[in-house]
Amino acid sequence: MSSYTQKKGFGATVWDYITTVDHKKLAVMYLLAGTLFFAIAGFEALLMRIQLMKPNNDFVSAGFFNELLTMHGTTMLFLAATPLLFAFMNMLVPLQIGARDVAFPFLNSLGFWLFFLGAVFLHLSFFMGGAPDAGWTSYASLSLYSPGHGIDFYVLGLQISGAGTLISGLNFIVTIITMRAPGMTFMRMPLFTWTALVSSALILFAFPPLTIGLLMMLFDRMFGGNFFDHTMGGNTVIWEHLFWIFGHPEVYILVLPAFGLFSEIIPTFSRKRLFGYSSMVFATILIGFLGFMVWAHHMFTVGLGPTANAIFAVATMAIAVPTGMKVFNWILTIWGGSIKVTTPMLYALGFIPSFVAGGVTGVMQASAPLDYQLHDSYFIVAHFHYVIVGGIVTALFGSAHFYWPIFFNRMLNETLGKWTFWVFFIGFHLTFFVQHFLGLMGMPRRVFTYMEGQGWDQFNYISTIGALMMGVGVIMMVINCLMSIKGKPAGRDPWGDGRTLEWAIPQPIPFYNFRQTPLVRGLDPYWIEKQEGNKEGMTYAEPIGDIHMPNNSAIPFVISLGMFIAAFGALYNPDADKPWSIYILIGGLAITFGAMIVRSIKDDHGFHLHKEEILEIEEQLYGKGGNK
Amino acid sequence: MDFNTKFTPHTWPDHPEQATMEGKNKVVGFWIFLACEVVLFASLFATYLALKNKGPAGMEFTTQGLFELPLAFAMTMLLLTSSLTSVYAIYHMRNFNFKGMQTWLAITLALGLGFLALEIYEFQHYVHLGFTFNQSAFATAFYSLVGTHGFHVTLGLVWIATLMIRNAKRGLNLYNAPKFFVAALYWHFIDVVWVFIFTVVYLMGVIG
Repeated sequence: MSSYTQKKGFGATVWDYITTVDHKKLAVMYLLAGTLFFAIAGFEALLMRIQLMKPNNDFVSAGFFNELLTMHGTTMLFLAATPLLFAFMNMLVPLQIGARDVAFPFLNSLGFWLFFLGAVFLHLSFFMGGAPDAGWTSYASLSLYSPGHGIDFYVLGLQISGAGTLISGLNFIVTIITMRAPGMTFMRMPLFTWTALVSSALILFAFPPLTIGLLMMLFDRMFGGNFFDHTMGGNTVIWEHLFWIFGHPEVYILVLPAFGLFSEIIPTFSRKRLFGYSSMVFATILIGFLGFMVWAHHMFTVGLGPTANAIFAVATMAIAVPTGMKVFNWILTIWGGSIKVTTPMLYALGFIPSFVAGGVTGVMQASAPLDYQLHDSYFIVAHFHYVIVGGIVTALFGSAHFYWPIFFNRMLNETLGKWTFWVFFIGFHLTFFVQHFLGLMGMPRRVFTYMEGQGWDQFNYISTIGALMMGVGVIMMVINCLMSIKGKPAGRDPWGDGRTLEWAIPQPIPFYNFRQTPLVRGLDPYWIEKQEGNKEGMTYAEPIGDIHMPNNSAIPFVISLGMFIAAFGALYNPDADKPWSIYILIGGLAITFGAMIVRSIKDDHGFHLHKEEILEIEEQLYGKGGNK
Repeated sequence: MDFNTKFTPHTWPDHPEQATMEGKNKVVGFWIFLACEVVLFASLFATYLALKNKGPAGMEFTTQGLFELPLAFAMTMLLLTSSLTSVYAIYHMRNFNFKGMQTWLAITLALGLGFLALEIYEFQHYVHLGFTFNQSAFATAFYSLVGTHGFHVTLGLVWIATLMIRNAKRGLNLYNAPKFFVAALYWHFIDVVWVFIFTVVYLMGVIG
């Protein structure tokens, strides 16, 4: 069956990607989609910074500024950071545990398409009468009365893409529980897989409250419900609770995999095993647990009372303990190691002080009385950008360099990579460090302009210069990625110091991953085999035999497309002059449920790949001699 | 064991739903999905408790005036019994008795339909009294909570019916055994949620 490696036409390639259930292809799709939305949201940030460069500026209007800040936050968290981390989780988790694919390949594809079409739906709002403009938190007291359809786009778009995220999270949990290779006990799993597991568990428990919150917003805005309308007995604080019960764990959903990525990079380039592996696992679980206990620290100024504020303040401060454990473990991993300062390692070294700075300001805000001063000021903006850019974006950039050979069998240019790091890193500190002072001087967040003569002008100017440098850094990164297309194949373990299973697979990775399931003999299994001089790569747990693989399917795309169409119907349904909208709603739902019934009725047993076919594929990929 | 293997009651495995890798994944995944549904309903319950009896100034509707225990009791009995009959169905599935399973699933469906009919009657009754979805925050929260449960019941009915029709001619195998099993799990979950609705909404409502 030589067709697996033959060149395909353009149409066939597109069809292949639409119907694929291969976790590696979906990872690439997540990477591309995430980068697209990262670029859009970054561009929105630049527009805002240009508007704030000087006092009384009129670069954008006040209304458009509100749309920009809402879409920047929403896009960065839901549609850029989440899919980019999912790209790494999709690519690495099955490889790291030695599985052929995720537990539910069909759901993996469905998760991607729901996320992607939901995101596209949200962004169409710019062209269809205005984007949402009530902030990414979309507090009900504000968003209920927002005219136009902006908030409706927010509600429906996040509902669809949130369902996709939930499905993917569920899939990762089951994959990690049931699909591990022989010998891969829980306490031998690479730390990235551990963080993926805990992060997915957080998704599982954090997204349903958001789903319900969005459903209530939908009922209130479109069907005359009264959840948040105080004249009808409703209570707007309910939205705030539901949003933050989701919103605070969301921060940990994003940052835990980032921690995991650094926990892979740092031991590799220190050439030492991760210091305190079990305490790292324990800290990850503890952060995940405590992440659900602290949501009301976003609501200190709501007036929940001193008892509630005190409890949530103490719980918030407690999170610093496991996070501190992690920071010390990373430092102690580097300590005494044989360090190679490659680009990924450079990002890791930059990450530790930046993230600690963000964490320290977090503990400052955890004390409720001080938070009354800091609330809604630029200090908050500085804090969460230190955590998100300093923690998550550096992780994404660093591991893009680190894992590029796994994704594309190419290396990124190291020289350009180091230049990118310095431009981006200096730009980042320039942008956000001064915002701490702006906040302490009283500049409120989410304002579209300010008067001169308050001492804010200089710092705002510096901040904008820094933002432009970050923009240049991102462009350099993209150029580096594009240049790699022309690069030479990287081959297996191109860094030379790979420790975990994903480095043990020969490149390019065949669609069934390991030809034979590997046998895991300890933590960092590939490192163990290399130390023992095993030229084969791994010790295998089974002889070469038939491999069972899932079939491709277009149904996930059709299900998601039905939801996408139905969302337009729901959006325009309250408008009296658009009676056709109800038919679009019903039609879209009919497509979705029809596709689900087809999926249910049609048997899908997958297919078996026979030994001879495997050997033939490998001969085409690696030349005579096969998997060496 | 393959999907296409033909079985007799003697060769049929003890836990057919977990005899294949796919089946095992499905069962684990479904339990995790139910955990996520618990959080979903918990959010709705919390909102209902916060908005119970809250409405515009001078609203007459209260839980005590509105809810009647005999109807809620009848609904509870129908749904609890349907949970029991689905246990019988899975018992027959494990014994490779396809006909027995289909029969008990049909009874489950009938009881579920009865429950749904009573719920629709109940809602219609309240709407006639003027207690409509838009009437107050209490009404919105009530219909959202109980309605979401009703929607789950409807989905469960369609799901089980589709499974029964699809497999009517070919009987049990290791491909569809996990499907029947998780559908039954889902049905039990719906039942558990109703136990909480009966307690929190109706019993605590009548007490006041």
